Parts: sequence; structure tokens; C-alpha cells
Amino acid sequence: MDSVANLLISQADKRPMYLQIMEQVKQRVAIGDWAQGQPIPSIRQLAVDLGVSVITVKRAYLELEREGVIVTQHGRGSFVAENRDLGTRIREEELGQHLGQAARIGAQLGLGFEDLASRLRATCDRVADKKEEFV
Amino acid sequence: MTDFAVELSGVGKTYRFFSLDNICLKVPSGTIMGLIGPNGAGKSTTIRILMGLVHPDCGEVRVLGHRMPAEQVAAKWDIGFASEDMRLYESMTLGWHMNFVQSIYPNWDAAYAKLLLKRFGLVADQKIKGLSHGQRVKATLLLMLARRPKLLVLDEPTTGLDPVARHEILRELTDVMADEGRTILFSSHNTHDVEQISDRITFIDRGRIIDSMDKEVYLDRWRRLRLEVPSGVDLPALPGVIEVKRSGRLAVAIANAFVADLPNAYESSGARVHAVENMTLEEIFVANVEYSREEVEA
Repeated sequence: MDSVANLLISQADKRPMYLQIMEQVKQRVAIGDWAQGQPIPSIRQLAVDLGVSVITVKRAYLELEREGVIVTQHGRGSFVAENRDLGTRIREEELGQHLGQAARIGAQLGLGFEDLASRLRATCDRVADKKEEFV
Repeated sequence: MTDFAVELSGVGKTYRFFSLDNICLKVPSGTIMGLIGPNGAGKSTTIRILMGLVHPDCGEVRVLGHRMPAEQVAAKWDIGFASEDMRLYESMTLGWHMNFVQSIYPNWDAAYAKLLLKRFGLVADQKIKGLSHGQRVKATLLLMLARRPKLLVLDEPTTGLDPVARHEILRELTDVMADEGRTILFSSHNTHDVEQISDRITFIDRGRIIDSMDKEVYLDRWRRLRLEVPSGVDLPALPGVIEVKRSGRLAVAIANAFVADLPNAYESSGARVHAVENMTLEEIFVANVEYSREEVEA
């Protein structure tokens, strides 16, 4: 297993530290750096590595456990959950959150569904264009 | 061995222009407690009482199971204490101080001391009078950490340090916590330091403890809601909301006992919730001090 000190807590990130830790663990799982069933650092070890309090890491792990991303076995430590679709599921949840956000802002702007849908289509086109440029 | 490294109950101390009132404080073993409050709030006095340096007028103080100040000699073998008014011998070198502390404390860990010298960028042969403020703080901390005390008590350890030195010190403190049996209590008005490394937070203002609890629970109770209030709509007074500021059709509400239903309650009153934001400890600190002072005066 790689050294975990690669997780990064940013002061510029306005979200609470436990959310930042959760997101970075999920990202490592989503891209496959942390494989299913693989042991992950203990709460205390990660707290020391990150230089943050134990309680913050504990909270992140509890929420990750609740979301089914990791499992903690008493006395053995924590592991990435054994779930084939975990990476996909994490990304789909992320997509769901962004779409929810878009829907809320759209409602605040008074946009109807068709307006919002056509903007999404235009955005998709722009992303696709960029991809062609880079690939 | 108790479950609490530090226990203060009903502690009071009255001075001519300042008093500490009914201080109750428990620090569980194996945790970092951040003591936070404005200048002159009573943080240092509280620390001096628990170190046995000031005798309280009333109340009970136990540190590592020892009654203070009566049993302070026994307690202090296992306590590392650093405050700003601590002095080293100016004309002596850091190495001389290291030998001196080593001669008193059998737990001195020479290898760890050497490692700390390197990590802190200090030179054992240098005399104290040639050290900068940051180097002095680090030297004091080295002398304390290398004894591997069970309890570290630090009064404003990061005040007046540059960002690099502050970072080094916070890192060293969280490193200590790799060992579950050790406890840290530190005071600071740098809310960012407290937010980063504390497991628990205690707020002191004007000689009283306002709050003392788990940091994650504490941060989670506070939220800022950004609202749009159409004309003709009156915002209801909702439980857990301590402050509402309006400017035109926009309003900002601060809650110190946030529940998931709160945004819905505002929505059903006719307001629109634009955002529900977490607050930094600094923002909470300011809001809480203002709120608790209003409460006292009301």
C-alpha cells in the first residue's frame, strides 16, 4: 500500500475536514488506487499522517462505513468494501449531487425543464469538443 | 489510572478585577483538548490552576489522578508544561539544557531528542541568547517532548510563530498522539490550529466555560443559512437560531443547534433557502462570544 500522506487537507477548501478526507478516500477507491478488500490506514495512523485530530478521521471513517465504501472489523482495522460496482457507484453519487445542485440553481433562476435540458446538452457538446482537442 | 487526564470541578478563583467562575473541565486520556477564548478570558489562569501554580479558592483539581496542588510533585513527573513566560538560561547552550533535563528525568529519550533537533532545525551548541522567538519555542518544546510525558500542557504554543514553525509544531503535537496513552491540553486564540488538531474544544469567555464538547459534534451544530425573503414574508423565530441579519431581501441566519429540518421550516414560512453553509471555528468563535455576552447581559 502506498503511503497515505498523499491525502491533502486544504485550508482553501471551505468544506469541513472530515468531508475532504471522505472525498479523497472515495476518489482513490473510484479510480482503483485502493482496491476492494485492501486494508486502509488505521484512524490514528491517518490522523498522524495528516496532522489532524483523531476525532476528525474517526468521523470520516464512520460516514464512509455508513455509505458502504469501507468496512471496519473490530480489532483488525478498516478495509475498502468488497463491492464490484463501488467505483461506479461513487461516481454516480457524485453525478447525482451535481445534478441536484444544477436543478436547484435552475429553479432559483426560474428555468423550466426544457431550458435546463438544452443547457445540459450544450455543456455536453462543449466538453466533448474539448476532449477532441486534447486527445 | 482514571479515564480523564485532567478533571476540574467547580473551580473558582477571584482576583480584584477578574474571576474564574465554576470551571468544570474534563479531558479524556488519549485526546487533544483545545482551550479557546479571547484575550483575558481565563485560559492561562485555568492552566496555571491545573498545573498547581495557582491555588483555587474553591473546587477540585485532579491531573493524571493526582490531586492538585497537594500532589503536584508526583503529578509533574509525567506532565510537560510550556508557557510563554518560561525562561531558559540565556548564556547556556541548548545542549546544556538537554543534559540538564536528562539528568532530572529518567524517561529522557536521547534518540528522540536528536530527531527533534533535526526536525526543528536547531543546533545543540548554540546559546539560547542567539535564538529567535520561534527557535526558543521549539527548543522549549524539544526539552519537554523528549521526556515523553503522558500529559502535555501548552499555553499558547503557536503564538507569534511564522507559518513554517507553526506547522512544524502542530505536526509534532499530532505525532505524539500516535501513542494512545498520551494527552494534550493546549490554549490558543488561533482558531485554525484548534480546529485542525483538537478532538475536543472548550470555549472560555470572561472567566466562564461557555461550551466544552467533541469538536466534530460542535462544528456540526453551527450553520449559516443564506435566505431570500420575498416582501410581505416575515421570518419566523425558529429554535436553534441565534442571529438573523437582514439586508434588503437577503437574510443570513446563524444556528447553533442546527437540525436537518431547519431549512424546510424557513421554506414553509415563504422564504427561499439559497445555501446552508458550514462555519469555520473562527466564525463560530466570534458569533458565540457575541451571543453568550448578550445572553449574560439580557
